[in-house]
Amino acid sequence: MAHSAENVAGARPAGEPLLRVENLVKHFPITQGILFKKKVGAVKAVDGVSFELHRGETLGIVGESGCGKSTLAKLLMRLETPTAGRAMLKGKDIFKVSGSELRRMRRNIQMVMQDPYTSLNPRMTVGDIIGEPYEIHTEVAPKGDRQRRVQELLELVGLNPEHINRYPHQFSGGQRQRIGIARALALKPEIIVCDEPVSALDVSIQAQVINLLEKLQGELDLSYIFIAHDLSVVRHISDRVGVMYLGKMVEVGTDAEIYERPTHPYTQALLSAVPVPDPDARSHRDVIRLTGDVPSPANPPSGCRFRTRCWKAQERCSVEEPLLIRRGVDPHPSACHFAELRQVVG
Amino acid sequence: MTDIHVTSGAAGPTGSGRHLLEVKDLYVEFHTRDGVARVINGVSYHLDPGETLAVLGESGSGKSVTAQAIMGILDMPPAKIPSGKILYKGQDLLTMSEEQRRQVRGKEISMIFQDALSALNPVFPVGWQISETLRTRAGLSRKDALKRAVELMDLVKIPAAKARVKDYPHQFSGGMRQRVMIAMSLAMEPKVLIADEPTTALDVTVQAQIMDLLGDLRRDMNMGLILITHDLGVVADVADRIAVMYAGRIVEHADVRSVYKHPAHPYTEGLLDSIPRLDSKGTELATIKGLPPNLMRPPTGCAFHPRCKYAKAVCTTETPLSLDLGHGRTSACHFAKEMLDGTLR
Repeated sequence: MAHSAENVAGARPAGEPLLRVENLVKHFPITQGILFKKKVGAVKAVDGVSFELHRGETLGIVGESGCGKSTLAKLLMRLETPTAGRAMLKGKDIFKVSGSELRRMRRNIQMVMQDPYTSLNPRMTVGDIIGEPYEIHTEVAPKGDRQRRVQELLELVGLNPEHINRYPHQFSGGQRQRIGIARALALKPEIIVCDEPVSALDVSIQAQVINLLEKLQGELDLSYIFIAHDLSVVRHISDRVGVMYLGKMVEVGTDAEIYERPTHPYTQALLSAVPVPDPDARSHRDVIRLTGDVPSPANPPSGCRFRTRCWKAQERCSVEEPLLIRRGVDPHPSACHFAELRQVVG
Repeated sequence: MTDIHVTSGAAGPTGSGRHLLEVKDLYVEFHTRDGVARVINGVSYHLDPGETLAVLGESGSGKSVTAQAIMGILDMPPAKIPSGKILYKGQDLLTMSEEQRRQVRGKEISMIFQDALSALNPVFPVGWQISETLRTRAGLSRKDALKRAVELMDLVKIPAAKARVKDYPHQFSGGMRQRVMIAMSLAMEPKVLIADEPTTALDVTVQAQIMDLLGDLRRDMNMGLILITHDLGVVADVADRIAVMYAGRIVEHADVRSVYKHPAHPYTEGLLDSIPRLDSKGTELATIKGLPPNLMRPPTGCAFHPRCKYAKAVCTTETPLSLDLGHGRTSACHFAKEMLDGTLR
């Protein structure tokens, strides 16, 4: 893991990033025995991930289940402690701060959860749910001001401010996700981590929520880390996209670089597998079918982790780990020894 | 076939005549404490051997309930089927005795469910579960049934089937579990396979594998496949025909190309416009405003009118009938012809 953060900056130039993540690692220990728990291995959920996030930008993170994208979200929320690495938010490492400084830092990064049915407390009114962050961060809104603030937030996300005393079960899935977004906005964060925010919603509702997220970004100058497995949704909302496989970032670039000029075989396979809503596209699409499943992150393959499913794999791939660096074929970083352009979309 | 509701059942790719499976003007209600929810309101569709019919709809549109009615696995009560027919090879399943029905279920018409992990029994090996129907229904011995289970696992391309036949569901990945489910549903070599959101819980790369597998099996075994899904992308890739459902009705029925090229119902058009595309980056997604209706209190007239951007006065009062547009196309919109002409504003 010798590569420096400069190498993986992606295509976005200039300006100090809002968040700079460097070599983030999270290993979950596997233990054996009851009383004296012996560590027998580790699930390498996130294994050396670096990226930058700029103000007002959306970074999409895609990958299959088990690739570590949700663990990455939890790390950035400081819900998990990393095994190694750092994440600099405005020049301060978010994993080093504590006490009142940590509280202030937490205000700045908020999260929208995947499942709007389980992420809202059924016994609390919408007003209490959205206003709860103010109980902890009292300095943001004085007590008398809270109801007005909550109503403003409801209006901002397109809900009726008069519904402040209703309970979550009185809302539909899309409306609940709006409540979740309002809660994330309550403390006026600069960064919002969205972990699969629309995957539990129906197609016609999905579009409404995506449009809302984009509108809010424009109005409030928010930065999003948008985690999803739906590549079409990610392309729609993201400025830059990172592709993860087994705890590692394998390719990073602008949306055009990832979707139109992918150079990593995994990205190409992933894009090729997405069904396109056009029956005529069936015939002239370049179809790559991966065989097998994602290997266990407890025991990842040596060298390149994708080599067990890769059609290009050679001797070198099993011994030498490909770094996420700019390759000759296209000016964006790709972690493949044999990176080459292949157009798979459209 | 003079009944207007049956129009969507007319003229499949194999022409008219007897279809393998035919749902005719089906109604299903749920009687609950809060009132009656009419979840299926006159659904008709048909299926021929070797073809794929996609039933597309959002949650609550009634797509799964229709399938459960075909399988005869609706909980009655609270569900009730006040009228309608489900004809399998010309015989009405709804008037059969439970004993006759049992002969059809699993053997003639089989189903795979969305969530393979909760559909499989965690305390029995997968081979035992696949071979269960073979032992109880086909009367095979334990040994023969297990041997057949291995063959079935090979058929659905589970690697090292012989070694894995005694493994438990938790030892398989999501995609492999779904393959086990498919193997189980194929055990009796059914003529009709109903797949209820078979890939929704899976990753895209695995989803593609499973859809390829289902397509191959359908062709090789000449099965009729009913694919229930909300994913317009999956449908475009594999379906021959599409029935789009909204609030318990089929609002549009056509071959797959026509639907994507020229939708004949505003709901279909709205759905197609609201999906983000992989091959282009738009500025803002078109949306269908509002929410799906509450089926306890459905809107008057056309159920879609509160969300329809073309809604006119007639839509609020009169329920549109299924309009025959020729070539097996139907649309339940007062202005279907204008939609096709592109003159609807």
